[in-house]
Amino acid sequence: MTRIFLAVGLITSILFSAACVQKGGNETATNTGDTIRVGVFADLSGTTASFGQSTKNGIELAVEEINNSGGVLGKKIQLFVEDDQGRPEQAKTVVSKLINQDKVQAVLGEVASTNSLAAAPVAQEAKIPMISPSSTNPKVTEVGDYIFRVCFIDPFQGAVMAKYAANNLNAKTAAIFGDVQSDYSKGLSAVFKQEFTKLGGRIVSEQSYAQTDPDFKGQLTAIRATNPDVIYVPGYYGQVGIIAKQARELGMNMPLMGGDGWDSPDLWKLGGEALKNTYISNHYSADNPAPQIQNFVKAYQAKFGAKPDSLAALAYDSAKVLADSLKRAGSADPQKLRDAIAQTNNFDGITGKITINAERNAVKPAVVLELDPSKAGFNYKETIYPEGMSAPTADTNTNANSSMNMNAMTSGNMNSNMNTSMNSNAMDSNTMNSNAR
Amino acid sequence: MDTFVQQLINGLTIGSIYALIALGYTMVYGILRLINFAHGDVFMVGAYAGYMLAIHLGFASSPSIIGFVVVLFGSMIIAAVIGMLIERLAYRPVRKYSRMTTLITAIGMSLFLEYIFVVIFSGTPRAFPQLLPSDNYTLFGNATINTSQLLIFVVSILLMLGLQYIIFKTKIGKAMRAVSFNLNSAKLMGVNTDFVIAFTFGLGSALAAAGGVLVAQYNPKIEPLMGLLIGLKAFVAAVLGGIGNIPGAVLGGLLIGAAETLVVGYGQYIGIPSTYRDAVAFAILILVLLIRPAGLLGSNVQEKV
Repeated sequence: MTRIFLAVGLITSILFSAACVQKGGNETATNTGDTIRVGVFADLSGTTASFGQSTKNGIELAVEEINNSGGVLGKKIQLFVEDDQGRPEQAKTVVSKLINQDKVQAVLGEVASTNSLAAAPVAQEAKIPMISPSSTNPKVTEVGDYIFRVCFIDPFQGAVMAKYAANNLNAKTAAIFGDVQSDYSKGLSAVFKQEFTKLGGRIVSEQSYAQTDPDFKGQLTAIRATNPDVIYVPGYYGQVGIIAKQARELGMNMPLMGGDGWDSPDLWKLGGEALKNTYISNHYSADNPAPQIQNFVKAYQAKFGAKPDSLAALAYDSAKVLADSLKRAGSADPQKLRDAIAQTNNFDGITGKITINAERNAVKPAVVLELDPSKAGFNYKETIYPEGMSAPTADTNTNANSSMNMNAMTSGNMNSNMNTSMNSNAMDSNTMNSNAR
Repeated sequence: MDTFVQQLINGLTIGSIYALIALGYTMVYGILRLINFAHGDVFMVGAYAGYMLAIHLGFASSPSIIGFVVVLFGSMIIAAVIGMLIERLAYRPVRKYSRMTTLITAIGMSLFLEYIFVVIFSGTPRAFPQLLPSDNYTLFGNATINTSQLLIFVVSILLMLGLQYIIFKTKIGKAMRAVSFNLNSAKLMGVNTDFVIAFTFGLGSALAAAGGVLVAQYNPKIEPLMGLLIGLKAFVAAVLGGIGNIPGAVLGGLLIGAAETLVVGYGQYIGIPSTYRDAVAFAILILVLLIRPAGLLGSNVQEKV
């Protein structure tokens, strides 16, 4: 009896799965013709869901604009969005699904480097181009020649903050407090340490936390005992707000510094007033008056009712770069598309000119922002250019004025004001900043 | 010296929370011989209940003592009801089967609670509103204690005293002790064991919810998976103190909290990086199981509640 049941069950399941395969095959055959299929994977329900939501919004806005102006190659772009819950293993699974089941022609995602690193090998193996909008760990694009990004990488981002600490905040000693579970945080900590030491500073304490830690006071008390001038906390918004709060409760009022992982509307709710006297490196400033940026900010606000953070801006750029590459490739063939993405040169994005280099990374300037809890927003401090990039002045490191600088970048105008040397300290850029505002 | 005192304060703060949650583990184990793995998630439910109360009753915008008390007791009551529901719907139907069945049910319940909250509230961390004005008090030198830390000490101690009172001075407490001593005999003597078990779940859940609200005052970030690790550590604390033993749970919680904070603070001088704090809790568990399986205060003859 049992045997018969087993046999019947087996046969049914074989028939059923065959039917499914058949169905899937048909669908792709009919569908790939009229749209360009683009997969998006993002954390929409996990601990960094604010990142995923911004990314999804940015991509949707870009695709809407592209489709409204006639699409690319005469076709509309169709998005397939998957939630990876912020977990690397889930990221891998959903990207497999996007590629094998939804038959996407390109993949956009993730924000967190750890998740991008988990998913990249899948895209690489299937030879489907993947563009990460905002994963900054260098290892992400090292996975293979189909993996790209439209943001700068950690060695640059970490160095920016090391320079800012040493030159603008006049810090002699620093402590590092990193997230042990994140490739992003580990990468930034290592670079910051190296660069800060190179600039004559001393790292007096290195502590780390896990995202699940119930409190951070243990580590912070240990850091307090070494009395550093600044603390570098390259983490994500879910933890850094609390860290700032608990640090202030322990009477530690020195500047805290971080990276683009801090940028989220939720940060202000978690950190509140404790976020005074903190600085982060970021990809763009929504307050930049350049018309292109302001148009984007307006369109985003109209559609989603919130100010776009830098992750939304990068996501928007990643979709635009993809559309531009599709145009240049003249087809959605993955091989040709890959080559076209690799040849992206001086693409005019919201987050600056995007040129993809030989390592498939974007070479771009970073901005340093001061956090201002009173308006739940940022004060622009300065723009720092990567070495070898054609910055508007001979001095590639420090410029004091935002709008001038950005305008000069796009129009090529030179302005004597921008020759402020490395010695222009925090005071100086503060006054310039308030003038610009 | 102030650094050491500060670390001790930090450790005892988090230890008090472990103790509050460990009490729930230990009471349920004492009565049913069941490790209620969903207990850490009841802690999370309590924090979310507090969050919803604070937002909807308007205490979020204006910190006051009344607001805190209402939110604390409100979330304790909600969690108690949920704890009793869990017992009624998930555990009671399988109680007559083997202990393994109940254990697996408990793990399923834990996952259920976690992901139902992910579905309802999404996994993104939420900021818990400040219910009491925050202040720092300097003890001496650099050692400070914050309002939320003081609150954790005071409320935990009051709740533990209250628990002692219920167990040793009330009729229901006597019934709980009887059931923990021997469920079948208690039943034969006319004790309504189903009610006593439900009450125990409610009591344990209320304590966990209080822990949830207190933690959310101290570390104002709540998310659906917040109970996972903290619940496991509280379980370790309960085992360390001797599972089924109430003073043991408190002692175990405080010891685990202090141990992991001291590892964070001083571990690096002896070559243990600060991220080993979680490893320490579990290393302690292994050592206890090897050296003193009954736990520090536990023994097989002592009465279990």
